[in-house]
Amino acid sequence: MTRRMGVALLSLIGIFVAAYLYLYKIGKIGSVMCGTGGCETVQLSRWSSFLGVDVALIGLVGYAGLFALALVSLQPRLAHDHRPARLLAVLSGIGALFAAYLTWLELFVIHAICRWCVASAVIITAIFVLSLLDARRPRRAEPG
Amino acid sequence: MAAAPGGMKGFYLALAAVAVIGAGLLVYQITKPAVSIPANVAVLPADTAGFRGYAIGSDSAPVEIVEYGDYQCPACANFDIVTLPDIKTRMVDAGRVRFVYRDFPLDGIHPHARLSAHAAACADEQGKYWPMHNLLFQGQPDWARGNAPRIIRGYAAAASLDMGRYDECMESARYAGRIQATYEQGVALGVGSTPTFLIGGRLYPGMGYDEFRKIVDSLAALPRQ
Repeated sequence: MTRRMGVALLSLIGIFVAAYLYLYKIGKIGSVMCGTGGCETVQLSRWSSFLGVDVALIGLVGYAGLFALALVSLQPRLAHDHRPARLLAVLSGIGALFAAYLTWLELFVIHAICRWCVASAVIITAIFVLSLLDARRPRRAEPG
Repeated sequence: MAAAPGGMKGFYLALAAVAVIGAGLLVYQITKPAVSIPANVAVLPADTAGFRGYAIGSDSAPVEIVEYGDYQCPACANFDIVTLPDIKTRMVDAGRVRFVYRDFPLDGIHPHARLSAHAAACADEQGKYWPMHNLLFQGQPDWARGNAPRIIRGYAAAASLDMGRYDECMESARYAGRIQATYEQGVALGVGSTPTFLIGGRLYPGMGYDEFRKIVDSLAALPRQ
């Protein structure tokens, strides 16, 4: 359960990171706290959207889904059920792969690093690792 | 194994703390003041001293086309991208027309109109008005729905402006009075929408190159006053 709690907490932090970048992207926030200016370069590049959807919005929806799933998986009746953990591992695995692709774009195509994007990549990777550990946890017998 | 009640309580407290801190930071970021260019400022004589608009072409050209435009207006962007290049190459470069752009920001429907007009004025200060003018119209769909201050600042960088001077210019809003002055001039002339063109003392709505050519031909045939 501790791992699922960790997934829920990290997902909630991810929601705020993605929301921050999305609000910047749609003009609700005037400037992004970045230091190097790389966030602006990345967020204003053509790679800041994927299939016509803002990447930050994809992240926001993704983290919200993981957060909801993690909260559901914390229900006592699902405590010994591996299915939520496996679903979390699959979804966060997809998210981690997507984050890896975006980080590759930053490093080798855009040549600018957005610290908030890196933070998001670390969060989704941590969620994936926790979910994987939870999914591979030995199954225990249901209490009689 | 289910978490102990105390553990769940601690977990929910941690969730609540993250939610409150995260939401608070977002609200702070959204509500903190950003660069904005005021409308309806009092126009001082110094605001317009020596300024008649952003012009290209010879002072001695027989016809002057004055556009009252708004960088956030799609029809203005269409004119600038489709028709103006023809006017420049066929009439301005030939010495037949002097083209002048004046700001007519429609604040009610275009929230970034004054910001973009001011950014162009700041570019003009560094001798880069027309590159900025072109970037603003070409990129209009991006900044009109995106983060206008940041995207437009990106155009300033792309136009090789000194960004320190650009930022200082935008924060000072020193051209707000000049923008308001050209807006009031347009209102006084009867301009109500954009783009509107003042040619030979008459106002015309947006139109294609052939219509401009006919008007210019007819005015050029008249004896100079």
